[in-house]
Amino acid sequence: MNNIQQFQYDNKITRAFGMASFIWGMVGMLVGIIIALQLVYPVLNYGPWFTFGRLRPLHTNAVVFAFVGNGIFMGIYYSLQRLLKARMWSDKLSWIHFWGWQAVILCAAYTLPMGMTTSAEYGELIWPIDVLITLVWVIFGVNMFGTILTRRESHLYVAIWFYIATWVTVAVLHIVRSIEIPVSFTESYPLFTGVQDALVQWWYGHNAVAFFLTTPYLGMMYYFLPKAANRPVYSYKLSIIHFWALIFIYIWAGPHHLLYTSLPDWVQSLGTVFSIMLIAPSWGGMLNGLLTLRGAWDRVASDPVLKFMVVAVIAYGMATFEGPMLSIKSVNAISHFTDWTIAHVHVGALGWNGFLTFGVLYWLWPRMYRTTLYSTQLANVHFWIGTLGIIFYAVPLYWAGWTQALMWKEFTPEGTLAWGNFLDTVIQIMPMYMIRIVGGTLFFIGAVVGVYNLYKTAKQGQFMPNENAEAPARERHIPVVVGDHWHRRIEGRPMQMLLFSTIMIAIGGIVQIVPMVFIDSQVPKISTVKPYTPLELAGRDLYIKEGCVGCHSQQIRPFRDETERYGEYSKSGEYIYDRPFLWGSKRTGPDLWREGGKYPDSWHYNHMWDPTAMSPGSIMPAYPHLLEEPLDLRDLPAKIRALRKLGTPYPEGFEKIAINDANIQAQKIALSLAEQGVKDKGIESKEIVAIIAYLQRLGTDIKVQKKQ
Amino acid sequence: MQIIFILILISLMIGCGFLLAYLSAARAGQFDDDYTPSIRILFDDKTIEEQQNDEA
Repeated sequence: MNNIQQFQYDNKITRAFGMASFIWGMVGMLVGIIIALQLVYPVLNYGPWFTFGRLRPLHTNAVVFAFVGNGIFMGIYYSLQRLLKARMWSDKLSWIHFWGWQAVILCAAYTLPMGMTTSAEYGELIWPIDVLITLVWVIFGVNMFGTILTRRESHLYVAIWFYIATWVTVAVLHIVRSIEIPVSFTESYPLFTGVQDALVQWWYGHNAVAFFLTTPYLGMMYYFLPKAANRPVYSYKLSIIHFWALIFIYIWAGPHHLLYTSLPDWVQSLGTVFSIMLIAPSWGGMLNGLLTLRGAWDRVASDPVLKFMVVAVIAYGMATFEGPMLSIKSVNAISHFTDWTIAHVHVGALGWNGFLTFGVLYWLWPRMYRTTLYSTQLANVHFWIGTLGIIFYAVPLYWAGWTQALMWKEFTPEGTLAWGNFLDTVIQIMPMYMIRIVGGTLFFIGAVVGVYNLYKTAKQGQFMPNENAEAPARERHIPVVVGDHWHRRIEGRPMQMLLFSTIMIAIGGIVQIVPMVFIDSQVPKISTVKPYTPLELAGRDLYIKEGCVGCHSQQIRPFRDETERYGEYSKSGEYIYDRPFLWGSKRTGPDLWREGGKYPDSWHYNHMWDPTAMSPGSIMPAYPHLLEEPLDLRDLPAKIRALRKLGTPYPEGFEKIAINDANIQAQKIALSLAEQGVKDKGIESKEIVAIIAYLQRLGTDIKVQKKQ
Repeated sequence: MQIIFILILISLMIGCGFLLAYLSAARAGQFDDDYTPSIRILFDDKTIEEQQNDEA
């Protein structure tokens, strides 16, 4: 024991991330309550910055990247040091990581309400922020791997495997999703188009859930749950199997977000098969967590930390049962585009992520402040209000999802849609939306109680910024091989040899295949499908800016009720000029893919001015600013150039006449508006004409025109 | 739809990377002991000095 080394754990960085997680969590939840209120009381949409379309991504980003993100770093920075018996590799990097991540969040909080978005779910942030995220993530990685390399404990506990997988996979996902061509400082077009963009998006989106919301939290479960219960995990062997099985299966499940869409069938089936397989490792892990408490269930009754963790693990089990079920095509036919999906993600976010974060915070705070929890009773209050909040959130939305799906699909005996007016199916679920507000508010109140409790705990204790520790130096067994060629070592290991060559081949394959994407796409081309005109393009970018995709899908699935309600089902070839794709994942309002030509221009004008004027009872926000804001076309030439570079067949030199072309089309729309009674002066130079141009174009390229 | 092949290749590469990590970790003996690590993490809070104080 003479090589004992003394060192200190860094608690300050853990505390900083913990506080950030809680504070941003409150902000994210509050925005969630606001947008839930907006769905019931549309008057609360305060345009242009605080409409549902712009605030929804703010809510999701705040919860995923600010609340859970900081929670991840809190858990990792605490447990990694202790598991490896080492201080974080560099204090400086720890703090650059901390402030860099908060800077990302602040940028998001500014850009999203301003309407700067890529529209990709969970990847909405514009390209300069994407670059910043990449830098911060690399710094985090250097710090983490630096700590792993300088560790004193040679064995890597299973939690660390989960952390490593998180870092590696999120890095790859983020980079692939963010490949885009900038047009200006705030705008860009993705490399991929239409169906391909959709596939990349949900490969990313699903794995963001898998590797940002799940694997790091599983690592935390495997550390903090045994610590809080003071007993070893039920089966360490099972935890190892859990990890490796999860890692190899998770990455293939993404296409289950695109069932029954224009995505090729075999890719959909691939996603379904792997999604169903996922239940095995997920439930293995869930049971491993719960069984850790065998013989200690009496303590769950008295210890709020364990209560939070138990509900978190149960919520994980529920969400990971539901996930595979929703990936079955016949279930997905009902659930997709409804509030069922929203209920599903909130069981995960409120239950699994939220409650595990609270449990860890309640465990960490007294430890770092060298005291006891200020009030166990208040923690219990938080627990019960929070649990009720989850129930009052999820149950009404399951109900709403089923109700709406059944109404969408109901036919009369005569063979017509029983609820032909989409609005009827929205008004029907308003009571559920109201109860959901109650649920969300309860959860938020619980969190407020939690903040107070932790604040008081900190007040009564004394913070220990650096914690003394000691451990023997790590023993190293480095085999010394003299006169050995490096390749001999690989040759002796056929498996590794095979793998190395596979990876090399894969890299080669990518180099060959990437250019092909630009040259030709195997998506069947339809000769009548043409690129958007400059004005339509400007309108499309406004559609993205306002976040319309948050409530309106642009993907008609091949079901009788959908073709009856919306028109001909979507074909993959129709989307080849859609950058980014705008299929959406939720129908709070109707699908818009065949919107073109359904209504006169003046209908859209009046509808944007006040949706209830055209559809009484509509919950869509009013967009009067679209009628007043001047249409900014200055970026059009750059946009045309960028899109041509990406493969949209705009003729050479078209960018020079693009603005002129847009103005001519705007004049035409102004003229038709005037004919229909809308005689605003200067309307041709307002944003509304671009939106109308885009909406009137939607899905018309293959529309069968009725003869008059 | 070449994007599918790119994504499959990237996914396979990630998978292969983890498989390599698994093999080398297994070779290094990371998974030889499938019981004591679960106990060990529970005993890492105190320095020797503190433990001696407790015993005294």
